[in-house]
Amino acid sequence: MSANVENFPGTPLSQADFDEGKILTTHWKPKLEYGWDAGVAISRYLAELKNGRIIGIKCSRCRSTVVPPRVVCEWCWEPMDDWVYLKDTGTVNTFSICYIRWDASRAKEPQIPAVIEIDGASKGAGILHLLDEVNADDVTIGMKVQAVWKPADERTGAITDIRYFKPT
Amino acid sequence: MRQVAIVGVGYSGFRSITPDLSYKELMYEAAAKAYEDAGVDPRRDVESFVSVAEDFNEGTSIFDEYVPDQIGGVLKPVHTIAGDGIHGLIAAYMQVLTGAMDIVMVEAHSKASNVLTLSDVVAYAMDPVYNRPLRANPLFIAGMEMNRYLYKTGTTEEQCAQVVVKNRANGFLNPSAAYGASLSLDAVLSSEPLSHPLKRLEVSSHADGAIVMVLASGDVAQELSALPIWIMGVGWCNETPSLETRDWESATYARNSARMAYRLAGIRNPRLEIDFAEVDDTFAYKELQHMEALGLCREGEAGLLVEEGTTELDGELPLNPSGGSLGVGHLLDASGLARVLEVVLQLRGEAGQRQLEDVETGLAFGWRSIPTTSGAAVVLSI
Repeated sequence: MSANVENFPGTPLSQADFDEGKILTTHWKPKLEYGWDAGVAISRYLAELKNGRIIGIKCSRCRSTVVPPRVVCEWCWEPMDDWVYLKDTGTVNTFSICYIRWDASRAKEPQIPAVIEIDGASKGAGILHLLDEVNADDVTIGMKVQAVWKPADERTGAITDIRYFKPT
Repeated sequence: MRQVAIVGVGYSGFRSITPDLSYKELMYEAAAKAYEDAGVDPRRDVESFVSVAEDFNEGTSIFDEYVPDQIGGVLKPVHTIAGDGIHGLIAAYMQVLTGAMDIVMVEAHSKASNVLTLSDVVAYAMDPVYNRPLRANPLFIAGMEMNRYLYKTGTTEEQCAQVVVKNRANGFLNPSAAYGASLSLDAVLSSEPLSHPLKRLEVSSHADGAIVMVLASGDVAQELSALPIWIMGVGWCNETPSLETRDWESATYARNSARMAYRLAGIRNPRLEIDFAEVDDTFAYKELQHMEALGLCREGEAGLLVEEGTTELDGELPLNPSGGSLGVGHLLDASGLARVLEVVLQLRGEAGQRQLEDVETGLAFGWRSIPTTSGAAVVLSI
């Protein structure tokens, strides 16, 4: 530490200095709203989730089947329109046990986000979702899981139409 | 220095809304057309990918993560530029200049219809401490600048309105323009004031769309294209961001951008050597102010020239034959690339009903709109 620290110790700040307006800041709360058009591929994906089904799409050139579906193969640039219904079961590719919430506060009960390779899709093609009805300590890579759906009348055409995946 | 040419263009749009396609599908459509036009396979031939995007317009942070797959850039060099489309074009151009790449693409897009609070997003471009708390709609900046420009040059409100009549009429001849219209001067002048002296019809309306261009180095460009469009010079400039101290009269950022581009292109007298131009007309007066700053006429002369018809399709110096942002639609940061697109189509002789005769050299100029003083120019030749 520099010897000057003793000569120039600085001025400590406290929360009170902020609260009392001695430190000047400007606050602004943004108003940002978006309505993203889902488009051809994701509209069908969401519509099928509402139907209680997972749909993927197959590339006619490299033969890979991916989910969520897309209009062009990201590997070989082939247009894709070969729709394939997939099962609502799959295998955990990777997961984490997350003890902090969306807003960075501490969670007592952890969330378990996982990439689930859906049965019927190509190896490595999966969807990101949450695991539940399972003890966090019991989750393993390679575990077989199954979708738990919302009741049909509560589904809206969203990824949350699947509540979570649970062990089969 | 290496020669660089535009060898392929593709675009999707331009419409006031595009509910049928996601932004990814919009970009894919433009990219697929550009690669087809250039005769290249993105997975095999394109060595680098430049995308133009501003996170606030997209609604996603770190937007470059959402780019590679729909433009064929997965597992390849990809980066995003938050600037005007012409800034992106210049970035791609410089990558080819390095010699490290022979074929590079640039993409810019607008999904303005998906930004539900677009006027707020524009407001966030203003200084949060000493400008924004006044809570004035940022259009006042255009009003203030127009006011000072008219005061300085003697340009009239009628002359500004004439730009709208011309560009919306040009839009009628452009199948991809969203806002072609046959308007009377009176209709423009009597449209309601938004921020004096700026009137509603003098403000370009937003549109959705995507534009992709493929650039190639000299020999490769000659092989790929029967009519490569050569990039002769580029320039860009930012003036001070301060609303308190900037030049409100004469678009210095445009003057400096053009000077750089002309110097690189070896252009000494732009009035004689530029056959036509596509210049930013986000607001009608901007076309006139930019025309003067770009050296296409003397200061204070642009208004007279538009009045006399010099800048119409059959005039001596056609300006915004595409319809500009007023006719095509304002494409957020893709607007500059839309200007380049029209220059390319005109030089190739592919501009259909609005095709200009005997054009060899064109200028495109883009501006990042209010509150910026951020501009970029490119000179193109056959």
